[in-house]
Amino acid sequence: MKKDMKFYWKLFSSTFSLSAFTIGGGYVIVPLMRKKFVEELNWIEEEEMLNLVAISQSAPGPIAVNTSIMVGYRLAGVLGSFVSILGTVLPPLITITVVAQFYAAFKENKIVNALLLGMRAGVAAVIIDVIIKMAKDIVKSKNKVSIMIMTVTFLAAVVFDINAALIIILSGAFGAFYYQMLKKGGDQQ
Amino acid sequence: MIYLQIFWSFFQIGLFSIGGGYAALPLIEHQVLEIHKWLTLGEFADLLTISQMTPGPIALNASTFVGTKVAGLLGAVIATVGCVTPSCIIVITLAYFYFKYKNLSTIQGILKGLRPAVVSLIASAGLSILLLAVFKTEGVTLTTMKLSDINFISIAMVAAGVVVLRKFKMDPIKVMIAAGIVGIFIYGI
Repeated sequence: MKKDMKFYWKLFSSTFSLSAFTIGGGYVIVPLMRKKFVEELNWIEEEEMLNLVAISQSAPGPIAVNTSIMVGYRLAGVLGSFVSILGTVLPPLITITVVAQFYAAFKENKIVNALLLGMRAGVAAVIIDVIIKMAKDIVKSKNKVSIMIMTVTFLAAVVFDINAALIIILSGAFGAFYYQMLKKGGDQQ
Repeated sequence: MIYLQIFWSFFQIGLFSIGGGYAALPLIEHQVLEIHKWLTLGEFADLLTISQMTPGPIALNASTFVGTKVAGLLGAVIATVGCVTPSCIIVITLAYFYFKYKNLSTIQGILKGLRPAVVSLIASAGLSILLLAVFKTEGVTLTTMKLSDINFISIAMVAAGVVVLRKFKMDPIKVMIAAGIVGIFIYGI
């Protein structure tokens, strides 16, 4: 991949358009980014993308911003992360500046509300599509431990409403411990 | 120096909101309502509504909303920069160490444990977005949902969206725009 102006423009326009369409905050952007950078552009591999999201998750700050920085850094170092962060912060900066001026009219507008209601359905469809693919990859790997972690953490998040940061820390600690033990066991044989 | 105050307030919001999205809310409230009285309670409620309807993480939306109100466009830019500065520093540092040490077996173990957990966290967020899309009332959870509240048009739209994404590999942004346009025709007219 050549790091020319075309590359930086593509990085900027990708993060800009992703950020512009992620209504409903944080996590929406992650599956969209995966779709863009892993499937469409083939810039990042599936497994690496999940690593990047996991690290972004464990740092403070908005997840959309953190993941952009991480992806930008992976592709083109510090300059890459500044390009992608610019793409990510500009859409909310522009929209809110405009909306704040016309807020009253915006809130009551029937067409705007109808558009947003429709877009919610579209966003849900995109996320379902990505989740199916990611879960399928984990199941297909036939790694029982991975499948178990996925099931337990899903229940922890959905049923027991456990904090995302805690889930991340515990799964990371479990992974370090389990795979280290496995390796030691393997060495002895 | 109002610009410095804005920067410092949003720097703290960015620094201490761990776990993304709604974790930032109490911090924003504390800085913007209690310490500086930049917004009234009513304006704060408006900010939440706008954030729900516009793209971008809530912390960034708040940055622009408060920044514009207190010190115009420059205020908005400074608040946004303040909000993402901690992320930039922390995530770039993490990224540096990740790419340097990612081949260590302990790091590999941690990441192997994290990847399935990240898939579940995305799935759990996806579930709440799906519920938001298919129920007429806001804030529905798995335990409080009622059959009479289901918006069947929305379910049909989500299903259609998943089909075009999976079968025809349609661009997700086009799917979201199309869903918005369909929404205008169904709900708006």
